Amino acid sequence: MGNYIPSTAGERQAMLEAIGFDSMEALFKAQIPEKILLDQPLDLPSGLSEKEVRSVMEAIAAKNHAFRTIFRGAGAYHHYIPSMVKSVVSNETLLTAYTPYQAEISQGILQSIFEYQTMICELTGMDAANASVYDGASAAAEATAMCRERKRTKVLVSAAVNPQVIRTIRTYCWGAGAAVVLLPAKDGVTDWQAMEQLADGETACLYVQHPNFYGLLEDVETAVRLTHQAGAKLIMGVNPIAQAILKTPAAYDADIVVGEGQPLGMPLSFGGPYLGFMACKQDMVRKLPGRIVGETTDREGKRAFVLTLQAREQHIRREKASSSLCSNQALCALTASVYMSAMGPQGMAEAARQSMSKAHYAAAQISAIPGYELKFSGEFFHEFVTKSPIPPEEILERLECEDMLGGYPLQGDLEGCILWCCTEMNTKSEIDQLVNVLKEVAEQ
Amino acid sequence: MKLIFEASRQGRGCSLLPACDVPVYALDAAAGRKNPPRLPEVAEIDLIRHYSALAKRAYGVNDGFYPLGSCTMKYNPKINEEIASLPGFTRIHPLQPLAMSQGCLEVLKLAEGYLCEITGMDAMTLQPAAGAHGELTGMLLIKAFHQSRKDTKRTKIIVPDSAHGTNPASAAMAGFDVVSIPSTEEGMVDVAKLREAVGDDTAGLMLTNPNTVGLFDKNILEITEIIHKAGGLNYYDGANLNAIMGKARPGDMGFDVVHINLHKTFATPHGGGGPGSGPVGCKAPLAVFMPGAPIREAACWADTGDQELEIIKRAAAEQAEGTAPPPKNDEEKEIQKAAKELLARLQQAAGPELEFGPVSPLSIGSVRAFYGNFLVVVKALTYILTLGKEGIPEASENAVLNANYLMSKVKDLYPVAYGKHCMHEFVVTLEALKKETGISAMDIAKGLLDFGIHPPTMYFPLIVHEALMLEPTETESRETLDEAAEMLRKLHEIAKTDPDILHAAPVTTTVQRLDEVGAARHPKLHYAFPE
Repeated sequence: MGNYIPSTAGERQAMLEAIGFDSMEALFKAQIPEKILLDQPLDLPSGLSEKEVRSVMEAIAAKNHAFRTIFRGAGAYHHYIPSMVKSVVSNETLLTAYTPYQAEISQGILQSIFEYQTMICELTGMDAANASVYDGASAAAEATAMCRERKRTKVLVSAAVNPQVIRTIRTYCWGAGAAVVLLPAKDGVTDWQAMEQLADGETACLYVQHPNFYGLLEDVETAVRLTHQAGAKLIMGVNPIAQAILKTPAAYDADIVVGEGQPLGMPLSFGGPYLGFMACKQDMVRKLPGRIVGETTDREGKRAFVLTLQAREQHIRREKASSSLCSNQALCALTASVYMSAMGPQGMAEAARQSMSKAHYAAAQISAIPGYELKFSGEFFHEFVTKSPIPPEEILERLECEDMLGGYPLQGDLEGCILWCCTEMNTKSEIDQLVNVLKEVAEQ
Repeated sequence: MKLIFEASRQGRGCSLLPACDVPVYALDAAAGRKNPPRLPEVAEIDLIRHYSALAKRAYGVNDGFYPLGSCTMKYNPKINEEIASLPGFTRIHPLQPLAMSQGCLEVLKLAEGYLCEITGMDAMTLQPAAGAHGELTGMLLIKAFHQSRKDTKRTKIIVPDSAHGTNPASAAMAGFDVVSIPSTEEGMVDVAKLREAVGDDTAGLMLTNPNTVGLFDKNILEITEIIHKAGGLNYYDGANLNAIMGKARPGDMGFDVVHINLHKTFATPHGGGGPGSGPVGCKAPLAVFMPGAPIREAACWADTGDQELEIIKRAAAEQAEGTAPPPKNDEEKEIQKAAKELLARLQQAAGPELEFGPVSPLSIGSVRAFYGNFLVVVKALTYILTLGKEGIPEASENAVLNANYLMSKVKDLYPVAYGKHCMHEFVVTLEALKKETGISAMDIAKGLLDFGIHPPTMYFPLIVHEALMLEPTETESRETLDEAAEMLRKLHEIAKTDPDILHAAPVTTTVQRLDEVGAARHPKLHYAFPE
C-alpha cells in the first residue's frame, strides 16, 4: 500500500506525545463525538504499490480506443499540439503552485496570466479578458449573468448553438430565475426574422455562436444590429482557431465574447479539463467574473503583476458577488498561451486555413458521391452537415472498422444527418480514404 | 523580465505544420479579419527560455512548505500525472462510441463509488469543475428538491459568518437569499441563533465541518436536525474533508449534499489556480435531480421477459443510480436484498459494459459540457487506489497530527483564535502583536517569503482579526514543521526588536510589495503594444 506521509511510526508517536496524546484514536476522540466516529473501516479496496496501481490504471486505459483518424468535432477538436506545450505545462513549479495570492513570489504565474489575457484580447479584439472559466459552456452561462439587470432578465439564445451550451445556459438561468428563449434556426443558421417578436425591453442579451454548431457562419451584423436596437447586449461564442482568420467580435461590435479554448493545445481527454475564455468591452470589465490580473509597480517602481479588481469577487462581496467563480482553469490558460506563442500569428492562421480548406475539400468530395449531399448551403468553417443515402450508424460503424472516427450523428430534427469536422490533422489521403469508404457503403 | 510580446521579432516562428495538401480555400474577405492578431513571433528556444524564467518566478508545492490554510496544499504524486497522460485517456473524444470509451466510463464509475463511500452519500456527479462550481450545483439540487415538492416559499440559505466567500456567492447564483448567522465565542455555530433563524422559508444550511477555524463542531447532529425539522436540507462544503476521511462522514452527520475538492483532498495539483474538480454527492432522494446522465451497466438492463427478475433489476437499477426509496414492507425489503446481490454479482463479472442511462426528467440539466474535468478525476482515482482503505484514514490522521504539532510549537507566541486542539488546520490571531509592535498578519506573511516559505492564508476567516490560517497537510515531515515553527518564532522576535525589517519585507523576492490600489484604480489588463 502506498502513502505519501514522510514521518515514520516512531516519529508519529513522538509527535503525538509532544501534543499530549498517546494515540491517533485519542486525538480524534478528543474532538469528534463518539456517535459520529466511524466504527468500521471504509469499504474501499486495499491500497496498492506504485507498480500495482500503474498496471491497474494502464489496464483501464487499454479499454479505451484512441482512433487513428478523427473526423468528429461537435465541441471537442483534434488539433496538432506542439511538443513545447507539454514541456512547459509539466513544469513542476507551474503545475504545483496555488492561485497567485502572494504576488511577490508568484510573478511568473501572474505574468503568464497577463500574457494570456492579452492574447485573448488580440484574438477577439476586445478590451479585457479574465484569467479563465471552467469551460466554454459555463463561460457562456456566466456571460448571460453579466448582462442581466433588474428589468432586463430574459436571455435569447440561437437554436444553432451547441446543445450542451444551451443546456448549461438554461441550468444557470433557471437558478437565477431568468427566462431563456430560443431563437429558431432556419437552413442551419439563426432565423433573424423571429428576433423582432422575441427581443423586447426585458431582453438582457442574445447569445449567438459563430461558426455555429453546424459549422456555419452566422449573419453577425444583423445579430448585433437587432440586439442593440432592443437595448440588449450581444454575446458571441467563437472558436479560437477560426478567430485567427475570421473578423473579430470587436469589429462586429459584440459586447462579450466567450468560447471553448480546448482547440488551443488541449488534448481531447474525454471532455476535460478544457478552457472557458471570456472577454468583454471596457464598459463591462467590472462585471467580468473570476480572476483578473493587472499590471502595477512594486515599491521600487519596478513593473509587476497582481490579481486586481477583486472588489467584484466572492471573497470580498460574498452574496453580492457577480459569480462564485474561484478556482478556474489556470493551467489550461497557460496551455493556450504556450500554444498561441508557439504557433504565432502565422501558425494560428495556417491551422485555421488548413482546417477550413480540408473541410471544404472533404465536403466537395462527399457531396459528389451519389446519394450524399450537403444539408445546408451557407458558408462554413471546419464543420459541415451531410445527408446520406443510408442510416448514419451503418456508415459510422464501417468507418470504425477502418480505425476512423466518423462525424457526429445528429439528433432531433436533423436525425439521419452527420456533422463532420476536418482540421489540419486530416491529410488529403485520409480524406480520400473516407470518401472511398462512404462510396462503398452507399453502393452496397 | 520581458513580456513574451517584447521578446517577439517579426518573422520568427517555429516550424510545426506541413504545407496544405488540398487546394487552399479562399475565405470571403468580408468575413475575414483585417489585421492578424499580434501574437508572439518567437523561436522555440525563445519560448522555452521565457517560460522557464516565469517558472523560476513562481512557487509550487515542489519548491517548499506551503501551509496555506483551507487549500490543502499536499504533495501531488508523480504517478498520477503519468497515468493521466496515457494516450488511452488523453486521445479519447468525448463523443466517440461508448463501446470504445469503456475505460473512461470505468474511471468515472469507480471514482463515483469510492467518493460516495468516503462521504457517506448515495450518488455522485463528477461534472463540476471546481469547489465553487460544486457549491452552485449543490444549491441547484436543493432548489430543485423544494420546487419538485411545490415548496416554493423556501428561499433562504443559512450560512455561518465564518464560511468561505464562495458559499454565499454560490447560494445567490442559485437564486437564494443568504442569511448569515454569527458564530459563538468558541468558533462554533450558535445553535440558539440557528433555531431563531430557521422557519418555513429555510431552504437549507451550508456548512463545513471541521469549520474554517479548524474545529469540529460537536453539535453537528443537533444542527443538521434543526434544519431537517424546519424542512430544509444540509449542504456540506468539502473544503476541509482532509481532516476526517475514514474517521467520520458528512452523510452520517445529517448532510444531504456535499461537494469534494479533488484538487485539495485527493492530491491533484492546483496548476496556479486550476483545473480542479468539484464532484457533488447527494442522498438518494436528491439523485433524480443530478446533472448529466447516470452511468450504469448496460447489458443487464435488456428486458428478459421474466417478471420477477425484471422487478429485481429495476430495483437494482435504482440502487445503482442511488434513487432507491426506503422499503415499505418485507416484500420490498426482500426485493432490495436480491437487487443488491444482483448488483454485486454484476460488478464482479468480468467487463460489464457501461453506458450512460437516460437523463432524469427532473435533472437540473448541465453545469458545463461533457462529464467533468476528466483527467483530474483520473489523477484522483489513481491516488485513491494507491492509498486504499488503509491509507485514506492515515492521510487524515497525519494531517490532524501535523496541524496540532505545529500549533503546539507556536501557540505561546501566536495565540490560537479558538480551541485547545485543532483538526487539520488552525487559526492564530496577531491582534495583540499588532497593537504592541504595529506588525500585522500581512507583515509576518511577507516576512515568511524571505525565509522561503509560502505564507499561510491571511485575514480569513473574517471573524478573526489579524488572522493567519495554517494547514500543514500530512505530507510534511517533522523537520519541516520544526523549521517552520522556528521561523515563525524568529519573525515574532524581529517584530518586537526590529519591526522595520518586517515592514520592508519581502526583500529577497523578484519584486517587492506591490501597489494594489493603483492596479485597481487604473486597471491595465493587457499589454499596451507600441503603436
